[in-house]
Amino acid sequence: MSSPEIAGGKGSGRPRVGLFATCLVDLFRPETGFAAARLIEAAGCDVDVPESQTCCGQPAYNSGDREDAKAIARQVVETFEGFDYVVVPSGSCAATLSRHYPELLADDPAFARRAEALAAKTFELTAFLYDVMGITKVKARFAGSVTYHDACSGLRELSIQKQPRELLQSVEGLTLTEMTDPDVCCGFGGTFCVKYPEISNAIVTKKAATIAASGAETLVAGDLGCLMNMAGKLSRDGRKVRARHVAEVLADMGEGPAIGEAK
Amino acid sequence: MSLHITSPAFKENAVDALANVDLQQALAHVERGFIHKRQAAVDALPEFEALRREAKAIKDHTLAHLDLYLEAFEENALKAGAEVHFAETAEDARQAVLEICRRVGAKTVTKGKSMISEEIGLNTFLEASDIVPVETDLGEYIIQLRGETPSHIIAPAVHVTRSQVEADFRRVHTHLDPERDLTEPVSLLSEARAALREKFLAADVGITGANFLVVETGSSVIVTNEGNGDLTQILPRVHIVIASLEKLVPNLEDVSTLLRVLARSATGQEMSVYTTFSTGPRRPGDPDGPEETHIVILDNGRSEMLADEYREMLRCIRCGACMNHCPVYHAIGGHAYGATYVGPMGAVLAPALFGLEHTANLPNASTFCGRCESVCPVGIPLPKLMRHWREREYERHLKPATERSGLALWAFLARRPKLYRLATRIGLAALSPFGRKGRFAWLPLAGGWTRHRDLPAPAAKSFVAQWKARS
Repeated sequence: MSSPEIAGGKGSGRPRVGLFATCLVDLFRPETGFAAARLIEAAGCDVDVPESQTCCGQPAYNSGDREDAKAIARQVVETFEGFDYVVVPSGSCAATLSRHYPELLADDPAFARRAEALAAKTFELTAFLYDVMGITKVKARFAGSVTYHDACSGLRELSIQKQPRELLQSVEGLTLTEMTDPDVCCGFGGTFCVKYPEISNAIVTKKAATIAASGAETLVAGDLGCLMNMAGKLSRDGRKVRARHVAEVLADMGEGPAIGEAK
Repeated sequence: MSLHITSPAFKENAVDALANVDLQQALAHVERGFIHKRQAAVDALPEFEALRREAKAIKDHTLAHLDLYLEAFEENALKAGAEVHFAETAEDARQAVLEICRRVGAKTVTKGKSMISEEIGLNTFLEASDIVPVETDLGEYIIQLRGETPSHIIAPAVHVTRSQVEADFRRVHTHLDPERDLTEPVSLLSEARAALREKFLAADVGITGANFLVVETGSSVIVTNEGNGDLTQILPRVHIVIASLEKLVPNLEDVSTLLRVLARSATGQEMSVYTTFSTGPRRPGDPDGPEETHIVILDNGRSEMLADEYREMLRCIRCGACMNHCPVYHAIGGHAYGATYVGPMGAVLAPALFGLEHTANLPNASTFCGRCESVCPVGIPLPKLMRHWREREYERHLKPATERSGLALWAFLARRPKLYRLATRIGLAALSPFGRKGRFAWLPLAGGWTRHRDLPAPAAKSFVAQWKARS
């Protein structure tokens, strides 16, 4: 079953990738979407951005609203199943598609197998570039020191740890400076950060301090939710560290305003 | 009698905990100490991952045949001379203990560390029945002096600083020289030892928990680092074991597998200092041991868990690794959870034991970072089980109306792509004049976010719209 929105591979034989931008990138950080598209194209794929994409359904799913989560999952399956690959510039949204949809739709006879099939071809951006397309170097320049935060879902559900670091190391002029405990949660947690704001604040306060202590000028990560949380705390605390999605740095688009800066 | 559950006030408890300077100072040790020690122990054992899988399989197998194993355990414990009491509820367990204590005329009861005792509120119950319970684990002894409950399942007094313990000892041990030097932790330990020695000898009954109940031998197993459990179960005339039914393990071989992951996961030790197997009362010719051994096996809602989606929680061997690695626990400690069991394991277990209506905050107060699951020695999918509680909460309409309506609006739009495009286009256009600085320090309806951090401003035009315009 294919979606009418798919451009069709132009007969190029290049893999056709559906870019699932995620709702946060769509609404808050289009730069990340364009950076992801550029990287996927540079890796030798054709990119399409289906207009009927909205959200992966995590807010509903993690709030216990299973029915809405299922309805959104079915919609995502229908929108993206015609592509060769689905690439997501977010570990947590990618994991929702690849790890959670099959379980969510397991009892739905019309969708169980389709959810499995979608899961098998859905990848987080850096994992897609590195593991699927075999890209180990990018053509990009970024002058300065960068520290990488391992967003939780990408790290623990998808084992994303080495891929972004290897790719970052290949950026000309970039120094990767590890922070202490890069694998510790930033306190975002989706709706957690507004349901339990004081606890979330305590966690991100600590995180912002370790980021600053790394001495790096720029914080990068693979998930915009976590980045907005950390960037928002860093700026509120008056720290000078700037924050960007890892895709922007890898796509040679690390020159524009960072997250939370005036455009 | 029911336990005092403060989980409904979780948010307020958490705010208090964050402002508690002593607590915050004590919690800093949890994060550093436990995590690094566990990691070092795991790194030193190449077969650790294989052992975890084996441990999980042992627990799964036992749970699948729990009825048979319970029967066999009772039979073997009886053969060893022990008496087995099945308690369906907390009240049944309390009554079983009280009956034994009354029959032997017990006035003082020494206690080894037991979370089941906490779960059933045994100490307050015994006190109300004019029986004096004396906690003999150092941490438990400290919190008993302070009138508190454990804030951690293996380190009950982890929330207390050294200087607080010193102050408590000076307050309670008034028979000792007020000028004595208590600055070193070891001097506190010696003082507690001396105070407890008399209690060990005076006790009529000793109550311990069990880390495992061994089916093939009818034994109970405790692991401790202080040896207090041994004195509790050997010196008094009567030994009562209180344990929940998922503590069963088929045989000694399996116990040794579980022991190998338990201490490493808990404290980073290869083995706890004392691992004690106790099989029935003293036999003729034994140099020591109790005259009577009783084993109280508590259900308290666990059979129901066995039949539903929370079954995997019954694999838990109470190592505490999940809370040791939890960012929420690190921030607020254990008392804020307010329902005996704390951290991620508590967030799954407490609703099953004490009712979701009282404890719904606990499975919600998680970022789902997944670190708990990644260190669990028996592979319990804690975030998934917490999510299941959120689903039940949603089904039962227990969620606050504001949260529910906000999410409903989002889901409504997310399910209607055309409307979503229209609504987000209007929303972004409306916000864009206000976001020129690139961020908001304050925004209506976003106070939960902007109280503590800036909100990066949304784009003037969505990515999808910009992409479409480009191509």
